[in-house]
Amino acid sequence: MSQLLDSTREALGLLITGDPALWTIIHISFSVSLRAVLVSAPFAFLIAFALAHGRFRGRRALVSTFNTLLALPAVVVGLTVYMLLSRNGPLGDWKLLFTQTGMVIGQIILCFPLLVAISHSALQTAERRTWETAITLGASPLQAMLTVMYEVRYGLVAALIASFGRVIAEVGASMMIGGNILNYTRNITTAIALETSKGAFAQGIALGIILLLSALLLNFGLGFMQGKGAMR
Amino acid sequence: MFSLVKSTCLTLLILSGGISGSYADTTFIRMATTTSTENSGLLDYLLPRFESSHPYKVKVISVGTGKALRLLREGDVDVVLVHARAAEEQLVSEGFGVGRRDVMYNDFVIVGPADDPAKLQGTRDASAAMNMIADSHSLFISRGDDSGTHKKELSLWKQAGIQPASDRYREIGQGMGKALQIAAELQAYTLTDRGTWLSYRDKLPLKILAEGDPQLFNPYGIMAANPDKYTDTNHAGAIALIEWITSTPAQHWIATYTIGGQQLFVPMPHGINAQAK
Repeated sequence: MSQLLDSTREALGLLITGDPALWTIIHISFSVSLRAVLVSAPFAFLIAFALAHGRFRGRRALVSTFNTLLALPAVVVGLTVYMLLSRNGPLGDWKLLFTQTGMVIGQIILCFPLLVAISHSALQTAERRTWETAITLGASPLQAMLTVMYEVRYGLVAALIASFGRVIAEVGASMMIGGNILNYTRNITTAIALETSKGAFAQGIALGIILLLSALLLNFGLGFMQGKGAMR
Repeated sequence: MFSLVKSTCLTLLILSGGISGSYADTTFIRMATTTSTENSGLLDYLLPRFESSHPYKVKVISVGTGKALRLLREGDVDVVLVHARAAEEQLVSEGFGVGRRDVMYNDFVIVGPADDPAKLQGTRDASAAMNMIADSHSLFISRGDDSGTHKKELSLWKQAGIQPASDRYREIGQGMGKALQIAAELQAYTLTDRGTWLSYRDKLPLKILAEGDPQLFNPYGIMAANPDKYTDTNHAGAIALIEWITSTPAQHWIATYTIGGQQLFVPMPHGINAQAK
């Protein structure tokens, strides 16, 4: 029990003193996950819009597919991307294995279905009349789509937050694709896994606190956005 | 309050049937060892022979050396088999480890890309090799996980009196196999134990570039948790395992273990520290 207390005290010390090694790790985590979500978002929103308001064959099958992909395990994504990017793999020439870009690719695959699924259900609540009115008023289809998206903006932000929460807490893909290289691809979750395997718990706890705090903030944000969305 | 927390946890564990059976169970020996030992396949070869002649089953927990020693320090395992002599002796002197014996040794080799940009090929002197890697600005993959291999690597840099440029030195904080894979992907140099190397070499575009320096010598030791500090460990089992693994027959088995026709470990029947315990 004293070990838990000692490690926690040491962890708080690391956080407060702004231990540079710790903050590098935190920075890598946020930077990689943010990039993954921001790169995916425009495409995911576009697909979600098509699924919500388009009328085409196979639409239902696509919706089911994205819903199934929600359960995609991070380690499976890790393994697949690893094999693709590996020196002997089909994309080996890109030399992206064990780089941050590689991690971003893995996290894009992880957060994409979630972005589509949540923004799809948000866009479904938008009234078709918004679209029709915009078109009648002379808007191009693109402008009309943006108008619809603006109407459900809180839902879309909620989708961003939830996806960010998913990828920043993910360990399997980051570990396998990133390789947990200090100052390059070591992020919060892989660092926790490493520190635990080293038997050095203080840094693990400090990083765990950051992860929990960010999850808490994200969920407050999510709740706020959903509240806003529901109030309208 | 802590005792309340503790007893609640314990109750939950017992209710869930978790540790109630395995703790203080004298039919199992919990042994922590390093990933490199586990990866080499030696334990799968040795332990069944121990189990068939003794009333114990060995549960192997393979982790980095740092974690393995910590498990022993905290009484979470009965015995450890690791290769980090200084750290082992420290645990003995602090009274956490008892009955320490030398078991065997293997060696480390420096591997790197086949085109060998640092021109190490054929170097025997490990310090010279480290200097050549640093001078040629070649990428070096470090285990960075406080393992025996990591400790050895750090001591080699120290011996060589040089620090690699920080942008050409990558700490990965993972096991030996992973370090070799990353070195292969990034065409970098790394230090590996020969056992893991032999298991991975067919899959990797790397080759041995420096070997044979006595500095690269890697002795393995075994020791038990101190029964005076932790009464619920299986001390009798641990001692039986230590006695057995340093016995003539077991030492013979160690010498006969090969991968691809190559002997991996050299037994140390009259270990330097044989007087301990």
